[in-house]
Parts: sequence; structure tokens; C-alpha cells
Amino acid sequence: MSSTAMHTLEHDGHLDHGHHKETFLTKYIFSQDHKMIAKQFLITGIIMAVIGMFLSILFRIQLGWPEKSFPLLETFLGKWAEGGRIKPDFYLALVTIHGTIMVFFVLTTGLSGTFSNLLIPLQVGARDMASPFLNMLSYWLFFISSVIMIGAFFVESGPASSGWTIYPPLSALPKAIAGSGTGMTMWLISMVLFIASSLMGSLNYISTVLNMRTKGMDMWRMPLTVWAFFLTAVLGVLSFPVLVAGVVLLIFDRSFGTSFYLSDIVLKGEILPNEGGSPILFQHLFWFLGHPEVYIIIMPAFGITSEVISTNARKPIFGYHAMVYSLIGIAVLSFLVWGHHMFVTGMNPFLGGVFMITTLIIAVPSAVKTFNYLATLWRGNIRFSPAMLFGIGLVSFFISGGLTGIFLGNASLDIPLHDTYFVVAHFHLVMGSAAIFGMLCGVYHWFPKMFGRLMDEKLGYLHFWVTFIGAYFVFFPMHFMGIDGVPRRYYAFTEFAFMKEWLTVNKFISWSAIVAALGQIAFLYNFFHSIFYGKKASQNPWQSNTLEWTAPVEHLHGNWPGEIPTVYRWPYDYSKPGHHEDFIPQTTPFSQTMSSNMPHDFEGNAEAERIQLEWEKANVREKAL
Amino acid sequence: MSTTVSQLDEVRTDAWGGGKSPFAVEYGKIMMWFFLVSDAFTFSSFLIYYGAVRFSKPTWPNPDIVFQSIPGIADAGYPLVFVGIMTFILIMSSVTMVLAVEAGHRGAKKEVLWWMGGTILGGLMFLGCQALEWTHLHHEGFWWGAIPGAEIVKELGSDNVSTQQFANLFFTITGFHGFHVFTGVVINIIITIMTACNVFEKRGTYLMIEKVGLYWHFVDLVWVFVFTFFYLV
Repeated sequence: MSSTAMHTLEHDGHLDHGHHKETFLTKYIFSQDHKMIAKQFLITGIIMAVIGMFLSILFRIQLGWPEKSFPLLETFLGKWAEGGRIKPDFYLALVTIHGTIMVFFVLTTGLSGTFSNLLIPLQVGARDMASPFLNMLSYWLFFISSVIMIGAFFVESGPASSGWTIYPPLSALPKAIAGSGTGMTMWLISMVLFIASSLMGSLNYISTVLNMRTKGMDMWRMPLTVWAFFLTAVLGVLSFPVLVAGVVLLIFDRSFGTSFYLSDIVLKGEILPNEGGSPILFQHLFWFLGHPEVYIIIMPAFGITSEVISTNARKPIFGYHAMVYSLIGIAVLSFLVWGHHMFVTGMNPFLGGVFMITTLIIAVPSAVKTFNYLATLWRGNIRFSPAMLFGIGLVSFFISGGLTGIFLGNASLDIPLHDTYFVVAHFHLVMGSAAIFGMLCGVYHWFPKMFGRLMDEKLGYLHFWVTFIGAYFVFFPMHFMGIDGVPRRYYAFTEFAFMKEWLTVNKFISWSAIVAALGQIAFLYNFFHSIFYGKKASQNPWQSNTLEWTAPVEHLHGNWPGEIPTVYRWPYDYSKPGHHEDFIPQTTPFSQTMSSNMPHDFEGNAEAERIQLEWEKANVREKAL
Repeated sequence: MSTTVSQLDEVRTDAWGGGKSPFAVEYGKIMMWFFLVSDAFTFSSFLIYYGAVRFSKPTWPNPDIVFQSIPGIADAGYPLVFVGIMTFILIMSSVTMVLAVEAGHRGAKKEVLWWMGGTILGGLMFLGCQALEWTHLHHEGFWWGAIPGAEIVKELGSDNVSTQQFANLFFTITGFHGFHVFTGVVINIIITIMTACNVFEKRGTYLMIEKVGLYWHFVDLVWVFVFTFFYLV
């Protein structure tokens, strides 16, 4: 506590003396300012997303035109695309690294790292993170781990190829396939650094939210964004350590001759001595992280969307408390459902039933959130800003992807659908597209806060429609492929008679993916161009209530000149009856909004209610006179 | 008028009302607690894995026979004695840590230095004992991916597969714990030097000793579980 206070004093002191000298290195590279670190995370995240997307286009080319040769591919990829066709080994590397980058580097760190860093201190009213130094370290570990992950493309044997879930024994035997060699080792090193980075970030987010809220900012006055980031951080702190254990055992299996995950294996005609291990145990350790991980991805996107939808519908978020409780419910349940990824491992059917029930229960808080979004939109005074469109896009994807989750959560339905394109369609819609839309929604909405300028709206609309339609065109047909039994991760569908009829669909999907990918150029241009040449933003361009818009446009180290504002009300007083404007910032005291105060605003403060009542009586009398 | 305004705009002043830490705890300590919960999940995963493997095997090496030596003194016949000494040393180092934290509360720099010295010594002794035990087991033939000859395995009351799993798990999990002890010793040395250089005195608080103390007690607590799982049951 004492140090928190010292912190504040220290910063105030700085502000009085103006900025202390900052070099390029301390301002842009080894910055300890949360707003700069957020930008570092965002730009690294965008670069990783572009790489991840590019990889997906490469394997879409293979899937769409399995028998055609593209000499250009050989020019760029060399031996990985001999004769202009992607090699099977490289195809597996592409899907593996695409998954890893998108799940961890873009949607975990790119999303949480950017917006938790930017918004937690600004929305709870703090000068910076609890530990700016750990924050910087968190970014740099993330950066190094990104470099190592991408670096795997530059080793002889290629990157890891056993899927983003790195199931042993494929990942545990360095000689099994080319990608199980050096590439796999780099994957593991990269992930260890990534987990360290994520842990440091999460600890920082948690302690900032708990300790550094400004006066009046009790937990029930926090914006839903902060709630979501807080709970996401808790999930990260509790789930990633289990992956550490899984990864350590895997490293020993690979390099020290142990058999934690290995037993009864014949590799290339040679009987291996390993006995007594079980690959299923790895799956338990992996999915104990892996399932909370998908909520680590989607919850910040929920938080961002809640804020943006409420602001742009000019209505209070429907069911604020229900939104928080459903986030908590999702967070708790996410630890109890990992077995639904393992229905086909020969799991005891009773245990499968238990996991099925917990899985289906998650549909309840998820549905609460969905209906609350729709109810917030209902009869709202909607402003269709690009951020709002992406927010609505998230709701759309979450509904269409969430429905198939109920199919897959049923053990008996999952058995035929497991490892087919149905699963690919499901998670790309429900957590892939939905979370990316949440992230883009946040970028468009808080761009003025980050860079002090506005992004171009027209390009934003173009970007939205191309991406939205593109994503549905890519993922929707995959449901039908999956129901027909087309398996995922296959290199080509030319060898199986029943899959041949899907070739035209694959071509369609590939074209859609290419067009959607080209659509991202609109975003990239808009983003980087607007940083330098965008229209100058006003302090509160969206007429929003939350605290970050009370901070000056020019970034200060310490966020607010002078004292940190006090918070008097919840963040969703939009279109409150009786008020002359359609928004009331959290920093506006009730005494200035007498005409719109409601009895429940005072949270049981009898004296305040009495004063309000007296004022109302007096005013009614005036009106009557 | 001004009094009525302040009544309307009164903000909560209770623990969770904002403007202060709800637990009246400095942020670093919150971070440490959450880190320890996180680390507890890692160790739990290891030990649950251990349980899963052990229960799936029909036999398991008898710990009273595997760990019956006192390296350098007796080769056989003293089950649990050596590890008992190790455990005692580690617990004693937790006691000295508590005393260092207590001395820190009083701002007694000299006493902090003494007790921290004792804690570091305890940590190093524990690591030394672990090295001795590992060396002894290695001489007998245990290692990652290696087990002793058929005679010894028979003596242990187990078979090759379970003995191998036992060896793998023993070295990995006690190694992971030993790595934590080693990290703890390094951090202890750093904060002892910081104490000696008057860093905490200038800061006005010895809170850092308390935070590192939390970690040290945690490592100690984990050992109790590792000890129980490998040596007792």
C-alpha cells in the first residue's frame, strides 16, 4: 500500500517538473509506459497476424488446387515447394504454425497484451501498471518468443509439424518427421518464454485491478472491459502453469530418454525401448490449459465488445451484473470441461458424460451474454461506426459458431464429428473470427486513444464487409464437409473418392480466403496511414463515459495532469432520462445531474436519496407554478 | 449548499471502494501470492501425473529400499534417515527465514543479515544433500532413461517398466523442486546483499524480505508433498 502511494506521489512530482528527458530507446524500445507497451503489443500482434494469415493462404492454395503447380511458390519457398507444389511435410508445418501463431501470439497476447495494457490503468484510474518494469519485461519476452517461433522457418528441417496441440508421440520423437526435430525444440523454447511473458503480464493486470482503482471505482463500477481482462488474467495464471508441467515432461521425453508419454512404439521399422508412458496424459495436461485458453481468447473480446456496443447503441449495457456473473461463470466452468477434447481417446463413457454436462452448462452463461448484447442493441440509437460493426460481427460469429459447439459438446455426436472440418468450422467461427472481430473492434474504437488520430471510416466499412462476408464464405461450407466426414489436417482430398466432390467447395473457400486476406490491406493501410496522417481526434470522439476519455489526447507519463479523477457512477449512463446529453461520464458527480438521478443510483445512501427527493419536490412545484 | 452536494456525491470509503488496496497489501505481495498459486498448479500437475502413472502400474519400487543409504556413511539399512535430515534442514531454513522477516519488521538490519545468512546456508546444504543423493542413485544405476540391473530391481519389489517410470519421475520432479530451491537461494543472496547495502533501510521497509520469504516457505511446503509422494507412500 505504502508503495502505491509513493508511486502516485513520484509521478505527480514528475509532472510538475515537466517530462524528464527521454531518449528514443527509453521512449519507443524499452518503454515502461503502459500506453507505449500496448502499442508495441498491438503492432507485434498485427505483424504476427499477417504472417499467420499468409501461412493460411499458402495451405489454402494447396487445398484448393491440389494438382496444380505454381512455379512462383518454388521461387519463394525453394525445396518446400519443389515443382511449384507445397510438400506434405511443409503443409503440416503451415497448419501447425498458423494455429500456434493465431491462438497464442495474436489472440492471446496480441489481444490481452494490447488492450489490458492500454485500458486497465486508463479505465480504473491509475498512473500506470502496478509494475511497469515487469510490464516491459513481459513485452520483450513475448517479442523474443515470437522471433524464435518465426525463426523455425529458417532451420533446415522446418518448423514444428505436429499440430498446434503438439500431441506426442509425434512431437516427442525428434526423428518421427522432419518437423519433430529442431523445429519442435524451437517451438518448445518459444512457448516457455511465451508462458513467462504471459504470467508476468497477468500478475500485473490482476494486481493493478485489485490495488490501483481510483477513488469511487469499486468493483461494480468497473467497465466490463476491465472485468473481462481481470478474469482473463486469472485464467492465464491458473492454466498456463499446467502447460509448463506438460512441456517440461515433453522436453525430457525428447532429450533425456524418458518415457513419460511414450510406450510400445515402432518407428521406421525399429522397436523403441520406451515403455510405461501414456500419450493420453499429455492430452490431459495440454487441454487443462487448452480449454481455458479459448476463453482467455474470447473473454477480452467480449469485454471490448460490451463496451463498444453499449457506447454506440447509446444505451446502458443490458444486464451489467448478469454480464459480470456470466464472465465469472465461464471462467470457473472453463476449468471443468477439458475432457470434451478427448471424447475419442477411449475415455470412460461415464467420465465423458460428466464432461459433456459441464460443457453444455457453459452454453448458459454464453447465451446470457449473447442475449444481453442483442437486448442492448434492441431499440438503441445505433451509431454504425466501424468499431460497432465489428462488435456486431462478433455477436454474429459467436451465435453461429456457438450453436455448433452444442453439437460438438455431445459425446455421442462428437465421435463422428471429431477431427473433421465441422470442428474446424466451429472453432474458427466461435473463437477465431469472433475474437479477431473483437480485437479489430477494439482497434477501431481505441485508435484515437492510442495515436490521437482517427481511422478512416470508409476504409473501415470496406474492411468490415470484406472480412465479415469472407469469413462466413470460408468457414460456413466447412460444416457440410465435416458432416460428410471430410477429415481435417489432410494434405489433399484427391485420393479418396467420397471427398472428390468437395474439391469445388475447397476452391470456393480458397478464393474467399484470398479475397478476405486482400481485404486486410484496407485495414493495414488505414492503420499505418492514420497513425501519421489521420484526422486529429478530439478528447472524447465517441462521447463515451469511461475514464480513459477524460485523459488528455497527448500522452502523458502518468495519464492525467494533476489529480486522478474520482468516479461517482457506473460507466453505462447512456441516454439517461432527464439528462440533457445522451451520456454522463463516470466523473460527473450526481449533484450536477439532479434532473436524471434515480433512487438506486445512491446504492442505499438514505441521506442522498432524501436530498434528491426534496430537490424533485421543489422542482415539480416550480414547474407547477 | 456545499454540505448537501457532498452528501450526494459521497464515494464509498470501505476496503473495496477504490483509492486503496482492498487487502491493505502492497502490489508486489499480491503478485507473489498469485505467482505461488500459479506455481502450485505446476507442481500439482507433476504430482497428479505421478499418481496417474503409479496407480496404473502393478508394482512400484519400495522407497524403504531405494532410499536406505546415508551417502558417505552407510550403504544400507537406514531408510528415511538421510531424507529426514534433508527435510529437517529445509524446514529449519524456513524457521530462519521467519526470523529474518520478523527482524525486518523491527528494522534490525544486523539480525536480518544473520538470519538470511542462515537461510542461505540451509538452502545450500539442502542442495548439497540432494546432489549427494542423486550421485548415489546414479551410481546404483538410476538415471533418466536408465535403471539398475535385474537383481536390484527384483530387490526393490518392482519390474523394469515401473522402476524406469519411478526413476524418470524422481529425477524430474525432485530436479524441478531443486531448481526452485536453487532459484530461491540466488534470490536470497541478492536480497541479503541489498540488505547489506542499506537498500531496504533507505526504502524504509523490509517488505522485500517478506515477499521472498513467501516464496521460500512455498518451496518448503512443496517439498513436504514431494517427500510424502516419493519417500513415504
